[in-house]
Amino acid sequence: MTATTRTGSAPAADLGYDQPPPRKGFFTDTSICIGCKACEVACKEWNMVPEDGLVLSGMSYDNTQGLGASTWRHVAFIEQPKSLGTQETDLQHEGVDALALAGGLTTSPPPSTRAQVDLGMPGTVLPGAEAAVGTATPFRWLMESDVCKHCTHAACLDVCPTGALFRTEFGTVVVQDDVCNGCGYCVPACPYGVIEKREGPSGNDAVGLAQKCTLCYDRLKGDLEPACAKACPTKSIQFGDLDDLRERAQVRVDQLVAAGETGARLYGHDPDDGVGGTGAMFLLLDEPEVYGLPPDPVVTTRDLPGMWRRAALAAVTMLAGGIAVFAGRSSQ
Amino acid sequence: MTATETRTAGGGRRRRRGRGERSMVPEATFTSYYGRPIVKASPWTADIPAYLFLGGLAGGSSLLGAGADLTGRPALRRSARLTALGAIGGSFYALVHDLGRPARFHHMLRVAKVSSPMSVGTWILTAYGPMAGLAAVSEATGCLPRRWRDSLLGRWLPGAGRGAGLLAAGLGPAVASYTAVLIADTATPTWHAARRDLPFVFVGSAAAAAGGAGLMFSPTEEAAPARRLAVVGAAADLIASRTMESGMGVTAEPLHTGRPGKLLMTAKALTGLGAALAALGGVPAVGQRRRGLSAAGGGCLLAGSVCTRFGLFGAGQQSAEDPRYTVVPQRERLEGRDQAHNPA
Repeated sequence: MTATTRTGSAPAADLGYDQPPPRKGFFTDTSICIGCKACEVACKEWNMVPEDGLVLSGMSYDNTQGLGASTWRHVAFIEQPKSLGTQETDLQHEGVDALALAGGLTTSPPPSTRAQVDLGMPGTVLPGAEAAVGTATPFRWLMESDVCKHCTHAACLDVCPTGALFRTEFGTVVVQDDVCNGCGYCVPACPYGVIEKREGPSGNDAVGLAQKCTLCYDRLKGDLEPACAKACPTKSIQFGDLDDLRERAQVRVDQLVAAGETGARLYGHDPDDGVGGTGAMFLLLDEPEVYGLPPDPVVTTRDLPGMWRRAALAAVTMLAGGIAVFAGRSSQ
Repeated sequence: MTATETRTAGGGRRRRRGRGERSMVPEATFTSYYGRPIVKASPWTADIPAYLFLGGLAGGSSLLGAGADLTGRPALRRSARLTALGAIGGSFYALVHDLGRPARFHHMLRVAKVSSPMSVGTWILTAYGPMAGLAAVSEATGCLPRRWRDSLLGRWLPGAGRGAGLLAAGLGPAVASYTAVLIADTATPTWHAARRDLPFVFVGSAAAAAGGAGLMFSPTEEAAPARRLAVVGAAADLIASRTMESGMGVTAEPLHTGRPGKLLMTAKALTGLGAALAALGGVPAVGQRRRGLSAAGGGCLLAGSVCTRFGLFGAGQQSAEDPRYTVVPQRERLEGRDQAHNPA
C-alpha cells in the first residue's frame, strides 16, 4: 500500500506529479439518462473496442449486460413497479400545459381527476380480458450508464505486479498495453467488477491483456472531453474537474429530493468511503445494488497490512515447527 | 426475470449446517441486477490452485531438506531437495503458463511493490528458486565422474548446497504463506473474508504435503521428522480451516456447496486419514508394514493438500459469481455502521 495515496482526493499530486492539472472525472446523472446507448457506441468507436457478443439477454433493453474487457460504458435498464417521484401513470393529459410545467421544475403536476377515455389503443392485457381501468400500476424505468470509477484508492493499480496500471496526471487510472502481461490480478481485485482480461476476437492487439475505460486519456491530453460525455444527448454524462462535479452533483440531488424523488442519492462522491471517493460518481434513484453496483465497496488493499502480519506470523510458525520436528533426533 | 429480483440469501441452495440446528435469525434478503455478479471472478485457470499446492510443497520440502542436512539424514535430505526443485519448477511453469502474454513474464521484474502480493511473491520466488535449485543440484555431486569430484566444483558443491539449502529453508515458509495473501487481497468475497486464518491453513497444508512427500520418498529410519511435520501440519490445516470457516458468516457458504464444497470435504477426509496412517507408520510394533503405511499416509496427505487448494480456489470463484456474497456482507456492514451512528 502506498501511504501517499491515502491522503485525499488529489491522487496525482500525492504521487509526485509536478503541478498536475485538476483531477478529472465523470458525474453520471441517471435521472436524465434516456437509455440511448450513444455513450456505449461512442466509446467503442473512439477507443477501437471490439464487438463482444451480439446476444438477446432478456434483461429489458440491456443486451450489453455489464462492463468488461470490451465494454467500457454499459447502460443498465431497470423496470420497477414504483413511481418516479410524484409521477403518476395512466393520466389524461388534455388541458395540461407541459411547457408551463417544465418552467417550474420543482413543482409536480396536479393529480388528474378526469376519468379515463378509451382511445382505441392496443391494450396491455390479454385479448378478451377485462381491462383494469383505474387501477394503474405505478411504473418507472431506471437507466444508468456505468463506467470505471477511477477510484482514489484503486485496488487494480495497487495489486498490479508489472506497473502496467498507472495513475495519470489527471488522477485517472489507465492500463499500458505494452507493459501488461495478462496476469489477471486486477480482475478479482476490483470491487466493482470493471476491469477484465480481453479474450477475443483473435487477432485483436489487446487479447490476453487487462482492459478498461481510460477516461479517454488520449482525448484528455488533447483538451477534449471523453467520447461518451461528448456523445451524451441529455448531459446525463458530465465530464469536468472533480471538485466542480461534486458541487454540481450535490445541487442536483437536493433539487430532486425537493421535487419529491426521495430515493435520489449520490454514489461515489464521498472521499471518506471505502475507496476514498471515485473519479466517476453517480446520481442514483435507488439502492446501488439495484443497478449492479456494490453498496459499500472497499479497496481490498486497505486490509493488506493486517494480511501481511498474519502471513508473516504463519511463516514464522511454520519455520518454528520445521525446527521443532528435528529437535528429538534420537526418537524416530 | 425482473430487474430488481429480491432473493432470500439462504434461498435457492440449501445451506447445510453442522448439526442440523435451525437458525433463529431470519435469512437476509438482497437485491441484484438480474442476478448478475457484481465483482468479477479471477480469470485464473487450474494453473493457479496447482501453484498454490506446488509452492507449499516446495517451501515445506526445503525446510525438511535443510533439517535433514543438518541432522545427518542424507536420504531424507536428497528426497526433500529434489521434491522442492520439482515442485518449484512446476510452479514456475504454471505461473508463466497462466499469463495472458507468457512471453512477457519478465515484466514482473520491472517493479517491486508491497501493495501487490503478486509482486512480493515474484521477488520471493526469484530469491527462493535458485537456492532450491542449487541445493538440489548439489545432490548430484556423488554422480559426478571421479576427476570432476576431486576438482574445485566437486569440493565446492556440497558446501554450496548446504548454504543454498539453508537459505531456501528460510524462504520456504514465506513461499508457502504469501500465497494466502495473494488470493485474500482481492474483492472475491470468500477469499477476502478468509484473510485472517488463510495463511495458517496454507502453511498447515504445505507442511502436511511436504511431510507426506518425505514419508513417501525416504526410508523409515530417516523419516521421523517428516512424519512429525506431516502430522503437525495436517492438524494445523484442519484446526485453522475450522477457525476460518466459523468467522466468515455468509461467505463461508461457498466452502460447503457445489464442486468446491465436495473437494474441501474430500480434503478434510484425506488429510485426517493421511495423518492417522502416517502416525500409525511411526509405531514400531506395526513392524514390517511401517513403510507401506507411511507411504500410503503420505500419498493421502499430498492428495488432501491438492484438494484443499483446488477447493478453496473454486469456492472463491463461486463466491464471486453470485452477487449475494458481495451484497449481503456489505449491507450488514452498512447497517452496523448506521446503528453505531444512530442507536435506537
